[in-house]
Amino acid sequence: MSIRLTCKEASRLISEGMDRRLSFLERLALRLHVGVCDACTRFSRQLGFLRRALQKMPGPDDPEAR
Amino acid sequence: MLAAIQGAGRFAGQSSVRTWLVGILKHKIVDSIRKSAREPISEFSGEAGAEDLDAYFETDGHFIDPPEAWEDPERALEERRFFEALERCLASLPKATASAFTLRELIGLDTQEICKELGISASNCWVMLYRARMSLRACLERTWFGERAGGSK
Repeated sequence: MSIRLTCKEASRLISEGMDRRLSFLERLALRLHVGVCDACTRFSRQLGFLRRALQKMPGPDDPEAR
Repeated sequence: MLAAIQGAGRFAGQSSVRTWLVGILKHKIVDSIRKSAREPISEFSGEAGAEDLDAYFETDGHFIDPPEAWEDPERALEERRFFEALERCLASLPKATASAFTLRELIGLDTQEICKELGISASNCWVMLYRARMSLRACLERTWFGERAGGSK
């Protein structure tokens, strides 16, 4: 893995980081990329939001959903 | 999974709805896993590789459609119609991908457990979860958050 990631590589690492512990190099490369990439910054936030949305998925009788 | 979502509308509810829903989903997923055990290759072969994900990117690795800014996503979590949109997006995922994603995000299993349940390798599992997130993110942007989604607010 190169230290310079493409968005394609970065987005995959962002997703995998939600399922496994990334290596030091992976985290470093990801931080360098996301730090300068608006698209991947949004992508990362949106995946975090997706996880919260799934956790909050209400049932039909959930009063908070009304 | 779809059956659980449809059945949800008929639920009268004494116990926690979430517990109930997760129970149904587990049951449905186990059904689906049993079925897939009889047809392991056809079920998973098309979903194990990451080739289809190339469609999201230019050959140089840039997004073809870069993620847009989502306006006030937290507010969507207060809206019932948002979750209906999310359910429709979930229903559009390939089956094994939906199973892996549901086991991970709704049931909260870790990758190792999902691998065991679905009989796939860890790297296949990560690819399926990546595919699910890519697809759901794009689907929500298209149907809820995007400018073209229209009338959702």
